[in-house]
Amino acid sequence: MRINRLAAATALVSVLTLTATACGGGSTSGGGDNSSPKTLTYWASNQGTSLEHDKQVLEPELRKFEAQTGIKVKLEVVPWSDLLNRILAATASGQGPDVLNIGNTWSASLQATGALLPFDDATFGKIGGKDRFVPSTIASAGAAGKAPAAVPLYSMAYGLYYNKKLFEAAGISKPPATWDELVTDGQKLTKDGKYGLAIEGGNVSENVHHAFAFGKQHGADWFDAAGKPAFATPEAVAAIKQYVDFIAKDKIAAPGNAEYAANQSVTDFASGKAAMLMWQAAGASLKSHGMNPDDYAVAPIPLPAGASGGKATSSMVAGINLAVFKNSKNTEGALQFVKFMTGNEEQIQLNKTYGSIPPVKDAQADPAFATPELKTLSNVLATSAAPLPQVANESQFETLVGTAVKNLLAAAAAGKPVTEDSVKAELTKAQQQMPAG
Amino acid sequence: MTRRRLGLPYLLLLPALALELLIHLVPMVVGMVMSFKRLTQFYIRDWSTAPWSGLDNYRVSVDFSAPIGRSLLNSFWVTCLFTALAVGFSWLLGTAAAVFLQESFRGRGLLRTLFLVPYALPVYAAVITWSFMFQRDTGLVNHLLVDQLHLFDEKPFWLIGDNSFTALVVVAVWKTWPFAFLTLMAGLQNIPRELYEAAAMDGAGVWQQLRKITLPSLRPVNQVLVLVLFLWTFNDFNTPYVLFGKSAPEQADLISIHIYQSSFVTWNFGAGSAMSVLLLLFLLLVTAVYLFLTSRRRGADA
Repeated sequence: MRINRLAAATALVSVLTLTATACGGGSTSGGGDNSSPKTLTYWASNQGTSLEHDKQVLEPELRKFEAQTGIKVKLEVVPWSDLLNRILAATASGQGPDVLNIGNTWSASLQATGALLPFDDATFGKIGGKDRFVPSTIASAGAAGKAPAAVPLYSMAYGLYYNKKLFEAAGISKPPATWDELVTDGQKLTKDGKYGLAIEGGNVSENVHHAFAFGKQHGADWFDAAGKPAFATPEAVAAIKQYVDFIAKDKIAAPGNAEYAANQSVTDFASGKAAMLMWQAAGASLKSHGMNPDDYAVAPIPLPAGASGGKATSSMVAGINLAVFKNSKNTEGALQFVKFMTGNEEQIQLNKTYGSIPPVKDAQADPAFATPELKTLSNVLATSAAPLPQVANESQFETLVGTAVKNLLAAAAAGKPVTEDSVKAELTKAQQQMPAG
Repeated sequence: MTRRRLGLPYLLLLPALALELLIHLVPMVVGMVMSFKRLTQFYIRDWSTAPWSGLDNYRVSVDFSAPIGRSLLNSFWVTCLFTALAVGFSWLLGTAAAVFLQESFRGRGLLRTLFLVPYALPVYAAVITWSFMFQRDTGLVNHLLVDQLHLFDEKPFWLIGDNSFTALVVVAVWKTWPFAFLTLMAGLQNIPRELYEAAAMDGAGVWQQLRKITLPSLRPVNQVLVLVLFLWTFNDFNTPYVLFGKSAPEQADLISIHIYQSSFVTWNFGAGSAMSVLLLLFLLLVTAVYLFLTSRRRGADA
């Protein structure tokens, strides 16, 4: 019997210690080898169709950089779902890469950790100046009044993708410009097992991007002037309800969309199961799903009738920023690399491959970005896009509000009533879970 | 001479002890210290500079009138029910399969191998396959239940809403029961065949043999097995994380995911650490009571 006692005690100790260490700081693998100034480590986020695809795209460019400067770059492509945690672990341990990709919406949150090199005027000078970038993309690189924590690398904006054939068959001649038109059109298109609109309801980031843009249109800012969260305002409630009503009341999106989290809405649009899709730079994915580029077109996302000023925001400023880890022992080399990646040539090359828009003005002039899709999106970016709140608590806002919308969509899909009160309750709960300070 | 012999085993244990300290105890202590700090993104570069917050993190965690505490409590109950069902079913299935496969018959080896497949598969691959099967519109589960068997009029959701709890239990049992099966099968090997032969001579049927011989003989194995299954299941992180992603539905919000979310998704590391410590205390208490009860019963038996 003593053996059993011992086995039980051993099992107990090992399992319990695992529990308690779960919060003892993330483990970090690798980390940059900063000992030699002739090497850099680069964490690229997954932008292509697979991690392998990204390597194939980036490695020739890195060899070009090596040929120019003699600096060898070690590449690691990080899946999107792991990226924020990897950055946090690197921040906590101080063992990070020299240069890394960050989602531009996290800029202010990561800036608050103090782990990223601030791009003040002198630093910008080393990479060719701030004025080369589209202003809205710089605005999404850190809190206002502070030196940006990163520089824009790839830009994207949301557009309304619509299926021209399905529109024609339903007798609709132009894409909707207002939400009323979108709902009317959507209801005409919803028949025979097809739906007017596809949404990605199980995807927390997707939800919060729409929550933000819809919120702007209703006048909700999500954070007050002092930077304190204000999630449960009447404006925000109206915005979220409008979005959830696509399933709950208007019934122009399939209830099944509430659990979509692996880009199934893009597949549904590509296969003609849904006639409209609100997405950022979907061209490359639609092509990979075999959709004929002539069958769809892109318009700006609708606005409330007569919206103007801040209420005429049709998209968040989406994109990837390039940051330098403050701990890098090769800051000069890292900045050379940033200069290389944001140079016209690389900007054209890489954004073309990924179907995104260069945040660098000169590169945007390249004919590759003059497709109707990208012209629409870069116009959105220049005129009707706003960056997500650039506050230190932004990343928590993303998760909590995104989850609130996910819960509401799940309720709507299950046929439970979605009322102003239930929306307000979810948003209140999200706000109360924000850490203080 | 005797002194050296006495000292040597301890000396040999020293490296293991040092590693154990390094790997387990140090992070544990660090985690406990963190639970008394206001640790947010502003301090993660050097957590030791985070301001002390006393018992604030604990107070917030157990304030059941506010959302953070309320959702922790919800998550606790969900986890208790989940553990009871998952461990219960895994144990039942494991016992049934082990007893069933005790007799030798054609195809026994194949069945044994098949039963162990879930245990051999990498958790991630297996659970992600389940998540595909649970998709409402395209998944195999609804295809089977609705299209083939016509059990429901409308396709139910499995990954969101109320059914997500059922889905979680199903996957957990599928993943866990082979371990119970394996352990109990090993336990059964130790029961002398003569006992069954003697019982059969005395006219005992299959049920009586099971109740009077098999289960009592398996008791020491079961005592460890149930405890291990309880601890593993209560702390299960992989299954819900792969099945539901970073934000699990409320109905299936297991405590491990909940703590992960509090710490790493909302970047409230202090509160997350406090919740971890509370969980640790709870598991210690349950285990102590369990060990006390089982050892007392063993004493009475002897």
